[in-house]
Amino acid sequence: MKKIFLIGFKDLTLIFRDPAALLLMLLAPFVLTLGLGFVTGRLGGNSGSGLRDIPVILVNQDGGDLGNALVQVFQSPDLNGLLAPTLSTDFADAQAQVEANKADAAILIPAGFTNSIIPTGLADINASAVQLQLFANPTRPTSVGVVKTVLESFLDQVETAHLIGRVSIAQMLTAGIIQPAQAQSVGAKLGAQIAASRLSGAANSSAIKIVSPGNNSSSTSRSFQVNTLALIAPGMALMFLMYTVTYGGRSLLAERNQGTLPRLLVSPTSSTQVLAGKVFGIFITGVAQMLILILGTALLFGLHWGDPLATLLLVLAAVAAATGWGLLVASLSKTTSQISSVGSALMLIFGLLGGSFFSMSALPRWVQVFSHISPNAWGMDGFSSLALGDGLSAITTPVLALLLMAALLFGAAALLINRRNFITA
Amino acid sequence: MSSILQASHLVKKYADFTAVNDISFVIAEGEIFSLLGPNGAGKTTTISMLSTLFEPTSGDATIGGHSVLREPMAVRQVIGVIPQDLALYEDLSARENLNFWGQMYGLSGRTLHQRVDEVLEQTGMAEKANQRVKTYSGGMKRRVNIAVGLLHRPRLLFMDEPTVGIDPQSRRAILDSVKALNKEGMTVLYTTHYMEEAHELSDRVGIIDHGQLIALGTQAELTRQVGVNDTLVLHVGEEETLDALVAGIRVLPGVITADRTDHTIAILTPSAADILAPVITQANASGVKVRSVDIQEPNLEAVFLGLTGRALRD
Repeated sequence: MKKIFLIGFKDLTLIFRDPAALLLMLLAPFVLTLGLGFVTGRLGGNSGSGLRDIPVILVNQDGGDLGNALVQVFQSPDLNGLLAPTLSTDFADAQAQVEANKADAAILIPAGFTNSIIPTGLADINASAVQLQLFANPTRPTSVGVVKTVLESFLDQVETAHLIGRVSIAQMLTAGIIQPAQAQSVGAKLGAQIAASRLSGAANSSAIKIVSPGNNSSSTSRSFQVNTLALIAPGMALMFLMYTVTYGGRSLLAERNQGTLPRLLVSPTSSTQVLAGKVFGIFITGVAQMLILILGTALLFGLHWGDPLATLLLVLAAVAAATGWGLLVASLSKTTSQISSVGSALMLIFGLLGGSFFSMSALPRWVQVFSHISPNAWGMDGFSSLALGDGLSAITTPVLALLLMAALLFGAAALLINRRNFITA
Repeated sequence: MSSILQASHLVKKYADFTAVNDISFVIAEGEIFSLLGPNGAGKTTTISMLSTLFEPTSGDATIGGHSVLREPMAVRQVIGVIPQDLALYEDLSARENLNFWGQMYGLSGRTLHQRVDEVLEQTGMAEKANQRVKTYSGGMKRRVNIAVGLLHRPRLLFMDEPTVGIDPQSRRAILDSVKALNKEGMTVLYTTHYMEEAHELSDRVGIIDHGQLIALGTQAELTRQVGVNDTLVLHVGEEETLDALVAGIRVLPGVITADRTDHTIAILTPSAADILAPVITQANASGVKVRSVDIQEPNLEAVFLGLTGRALRD
């Protein structure tokens, strides 16, 4: 076992000392992620690079407890750094600033917002519901997504607090703790406190109206806007993972050419240990590449990949399946250049099939099914789920499919390697 | 003296081509045994079978009492192999290469570090041990290549043409290190097509040609085997009449064999002095300009010539 690890870690060291390999393994996915991030507006404009200081303008026409609480949420220390809120009294001016790309979003808290949720009298109860308005910059979908998430969280808590408040007030009245005359003021305070103190959760609310410049038809959105980088980054990482595994497969033949394979085979090391060591080397190189890309994009772009344990599990499964493909290509090839050519082609084809460049959802159903011969497609399924906030249970199918793919490919490659007497001088 | 290697009727065939044809020999513990032969004679294939890299088509060999066919892993613990071509990881330093290969031979911890330091010192690579191999000269790479083979103190060291393509200084260093290792008790199987190396190093020599072991013994035994003959070597131009001249020389009295390469004619004779004049006369008559003449006492070159009718470097 020790020799298998030694061979694997030796291969890991060698690949990380190859500048050309590093370029394609790490730099290329970063650059492409960055490039596509700019194209999608994720990284462009005044917000600087990454998810920092998102400029958002708040117009508080409500002035009630909930309107003020919402402003406090946006100005809270927890969101300091992520958001850069400014206050305005003129919503039209705020909209103009968004249109001029000087802000990513403007939020209108209309007059009567507090009263529409916590009625103070019969008139409030009979009045139509007051909606918050989010005026979104369409070139900054990710930033808008963040702002919208904060709003939704706030409203979710208000909703919860409203219910808790009503139940609590009813119980307090029944128990005689408060008098009916005090019910309104106590309820309002209770609701505002609960709403302001909780920001977790991402339930949707129909209390937000999203408006975009050039699009007069406002909509009430219930769908969460996924961070586009959360789709681009795994797509790129998975695509360039295919490069890494074919590079690893190529090293099997390269070792034979450079005489180190025969030297290994005259040392007290069995051919099985040599092959297992090479496979382990490909696997850990792929894992290292994926983890570096995940940590890198998380640190540089503020990207949230989702549950760390689930992400790690998915990475291991995806790399195992990709390693299977790398081995299969190597076992079918006669020269290192053949492996490189086939590997590059496979990297691009799987990149396309896996949705590294565009979403497969627009393509016919059979194409979507076919695309799952690639580890990229299964990997993307899993990473997308995790980016949407799903946990371990949501990636069971992709992980199992990837592990099955790995097992089948390892089996096929092992047969071919054995038949071709591959691990010999 | 006990034997460490016994090769018995080794044969290696590739389809219709027989690379090694029924070779048998024994190497005694502590000796330097050379396999001498031209390129393509079957030396590397023989070493590959003995080092368990290739399975013989037929025959077997025992090394340290273990069969190369049945106990290859045990054989690999006994032997060290220094391959003809460099077998190193160029992006690792000499020290990293040695650490890796040492661990492949089961070394670890202090023993490994100690042995790495020792072989680096032994091969004169200690100072540049931390530089990547790809930055070394050809001679330095050869020395690291040798160091790898010595790490685990093998009882029997296979050195397959270790001096091919290197500068005279590195070559000298390698030959000296072979002698030093042998003095320390290591048995060496050395293959070469350089007669001078086999002459300088070997206790016994096996001469191999076309996959067959055509002679075997000490150098004295081998020269006796072909008789006490001189070799007269004419260095000539590349005239068209060279073949005719060689044919003429062959029928001269006192000439055993005569053979030509591009610029030399090698003549095996009991007395070079006696045939020198008629040979020069014949050359003049054929219009071949003789640039210089060497008279060689009986040596391995002469043995090879006597046995095969060809010069060793044909």
